[in-house]
Amino acid sequence: MSRRYNLPQATLALVIALFLLVFLVVPVFTVMFVAFTNSDGSLTFAHFRSFFQLTLMREAFYNSLYVGGMSVVVSSIFALPLAYFTARFQFRGAMLIQTLGVLPLIMPPFVGATAMQLLFGRSGSLNLILGDWFDLNLPLMEGLNAVIFVEALHYFPFILLNLTVALNNIDSAMEESAQNLGASGFRLFRRIVFPLALPGYMAGAALVFLKVFDDVATPLVLNVTDILAAQAYFRITSIGIDDPIGYVASVIMVIASMAALWGSTWVMRGKDYATLQRGGSSLATRKLGPWQALFAYGWIVLVLLLVLSPHLGLVLLSFSKMWSFTVIPEAYTLDNYAAVFRDSPFMLWNSLLYCGIAAGLDVAIGTAIAYLMLRTNLPGRRLLDFIASAAVAIPGVVLGIGYLRTFRGFDLPFTDLPFVSFWMIIAFAFTVRRLPYALRSCVASLQQLHPSMEEAAENLGASNRRTIFRIVVPLMAGGILAGFVTSFLTAAVEISATLMLVSATSDAPASYGIYLYMQSIVGRGPGAALGVITVLLVGLGTYASHRIMRARSLRFETLQLLK
Amino acid sequence: MAKVKVEFQDIALAFGKTEVLRNIDLAIEPGEFFALLGPSGSGKSTLLRVIAGFARPQSGRVLVDGEDISAVPPWKRDIGMVFQNYALWPHMTVHDNVAFGLEERRLPRDEVKRKVAAALDLVGLTELAARRPSQLSGGQQQRVALARTIAIEPKVLLLDEPLSNLDAKLRVHMRVELLALQRKLGVTTIFVTHDQEEALSISDRVAVLEAGVIQQIGTPIELFDRPANRFIANFVGTINLFAGTLSAGAGAMLFESEALGTITLPGIPAVSPGEVEIAFRPHVVALSDPGAPVERGLIRLGGRVAAREFLGEFIRYTVESGDAEIIADQAHYTGARSFAPGEAVQLAIQPQQMRVLAR
Repeated sequence: MSRRYNLPQATLALVIALFLLVFLVVPVFTVMFVAFTNSDGSLTFAHFRSFFQLTLMREAFYNSLYVGGMSVVVSSIFALPLAYFTARFQFRGAMLIQTLGVLPLIMPPFVGATAMQLLFGRSGSLNLILGDWFDLNLPLMEGLNAVIFVEALHYFPFILLNLTVALNNIDSAMEESAQNLGASGFRLFRRIVFPLALPGYMAGAALVFLKVFDDVATPLVLNVTDILAAQAYFRITSIGIDDPIGYVASVIMVIASMAALWGSTWVMRGKDYATLQRGGSSLATRKLGPWQALFAYGWIVLVLLLVLSPHLGLVLLSFSKMWSFTVIPEAYTLDNYAAVFRDSPFMLWNSLLYCGIAAGLDVAIGTAIAYLMLRTNLPGRRLLDFIASAAVAIPGVVLGIGYLRTFRGFDLPFTDLPFVSFWMIIAFAFTVRRLPYALRSCVASLQQLHPSMEEAAENLGASNRRTIFRIVVPLMAGGILAGFVTSFLTAAVEISATLMLVSATSDAPASYGIYLYMQSIVGRGPGAALGVITVLLVGLGTYASHRIMRARSLRFETLQLLK
Repeated sequence: MAKVKVEFQDIALAFGKTEVLRNIDLAIEPGEFFALLGPSGSGKSTLLRVIAGFARPQSGRVLVDGEDISAVPPWKRDIGMVFQNYALWPHMTVHDNVAFGLEERRLPRDEVKRKVAAALDLVGLTELAARRPSQLSGGQQQRVALARTIAIEPKVLLLDEPLSNLDAKLRVHMRVELLALQRKLGVTTIFVTHDQEEALSISDRVAVLEAGVIQQIGTPIELFDRPANRFIANFVGTINLFAGTLSAGAGAMLFESEALGTITLPGIPAVSPGEVEIAFRPHVVALSDPGAPVERGLIRLGGRVAAREFLGEFIRYTVESGDAEIIADQAHYTGARSFAPGEAVQLAIQPQQMRVLAR
């Protein structure tokens, strides 16, 4: 294939660049600009000084870092033993752990937070039981602990999945040669296995930190307001779009996210060597000893119970008439579901529409960038990839604030409607926020495709365009579908940017509806019901796409053969 | 199929600062089975990709049937290429793979059908038309790749290391089949390989590349018997090479070297006197017990067996003669005299078998 580019490709790149410029680069830079300038446009650090002079802001800053860091620690405590068991021992829990890993991702933390409060709070089910039996009260859901506990429980799968993949990719010859040279037991693990798996762990840990830092809804549902995301949200929504403190908080959030991301890649630069050689096999698995088995299964059961608790709690809550100061609800009803079906089916439709648009745009842009980057020599192709990927480090609240500020004063063409209150802006926010994941999926699937597949088509008479549609896209279909599904499902539970951008309840997606319901005691029941419905739909979607992709991957085994 | 001539005129190609091809001038005759032979990184695959249009030379022209195709995009060249990894599309059946090029040429449906059937019949895969590539063995996949390429009746057939992904037995079988198919179709075929045995056994002519430069073009026997330089001598077959000085003597040339002493060479070599290298193949050296009668006119040397390898058809001895190590292949048959390491031996070489190479 001649690595050149043609006019249609250059035009496509320009359109994508324009989209990213308008909906990502300009909004983010607008936020930075406001944080660093006076009202007359001159450069200043005064806003930062006044930010750090406010006790509340200083606390919010430390609290955010503390919650992010501790969530990584607690997530690691959940994930490390599980990853180790699956990689090192023959045991029946591997499948269970995989499922365990996906389960919390289907439900965002803020949805289950209220249920967790009822289960693990000061007068929640667990502490009621512990109090009766042992006169004990665990402060699991007190203040920041609550946020850390709930976030860790939902996001530890990022570490688990990444680490498991990394461990499985270690060639058994690595371990065997260490044993051959005299290493064994814990020393073998510490000196060989763990360093080789470290890149996987770091990737997962960075992702957990980003997610927690980004989350504004969970702390709010749990009544924790002294963290950065919540403060940025409050400043803009209550004091106003011109208050610089909200922008300073935003800039600090972006810097912290970038630092976490950059830090994890910096620590690991040039160290991603845990790849399975051709014909190699994974680490040898051993039989569990009786004590190991007891510990392993015990740990799994404990984590499983914790993982399922927000789901169970949510279901209980959705059917409850009244639930307070009792282990389980005292009276049950279907009224909550009736209320949801009466008041808010439109929210589910909105979700479907926004997420459909976002996921469609994401895979279209992702496929285009992947092709431009890997198959042409178009100038600036790497920049396009970098910008699209950088969206991962922009917290939703920041993006939302950026949109509100950048597009204020713009009206929708041919109407008097302000652009910021147009529903499409929510869909565009979803598109930008989920693009990095869809893009990686598309890039990975095109990388697997040997260029000779396309050259063969050109050699037999298919033009560039025909080759793309007859060979490239069909062979990338698995990756494109995976990208679509990831984008769609994760957009369905997006809340940070949504919270900033919903201007009329009639435009709200389901995730916003859940949040809104959860704000009041009487709304908890219907909120839980809407949560259950959303989680069920998302779960069904995940399951269906898994089935489709498994069927496809069986058919395309040759792709791997040809690598 | 009309037989077509392929010419390269002064091709030069570089990837960034790395020069991959330099001053390539080469004419491949209509209907020829032509091999591009060279070690990996020699530029042979790149030269093949230049014909297919996947690599663009910075200068020079490629003529196919007298026409300059340098500006023609790959999909309009009508030059069929079989890829090293076959590049069969996993999302299409065998039939659909073979039909692809015909469909791209917008042939009527029944003609596509007929030509696919004919191509599959030619490679003996008619029964497997409905299978997917992943359900075929390596040899079958290669036949599909071949059928897919010849179905479009290309002007030139390009084969990029076509046998490298097959096991040893199948490779020998397939190369005979490949040659038979080429003779039947009569299509000009260019074939890239790093395996000298493969190149010598089936090609009409061979071009040997090294570091982006053609070192020698010739028939397999010419390459073997008259290597143009040290590289060819070493790369094609096994050879003994000794550096020394060539000077004119009484009615003959004299080759003097520390390792072998003075050797009288009959005839006039093409190389002028001075610093040269002398080359001879291991199988032209005859071993015998010291003092055994030797024909007149033969070069005679004494030595001691340092090592031996039994290779079936022959035994390969490494003989130390003075400071030199000489490789000598002796045909093996039941009852043949063999020598043990450490044994003293006498070496005899016909002077006509000596090649003199410029240094």
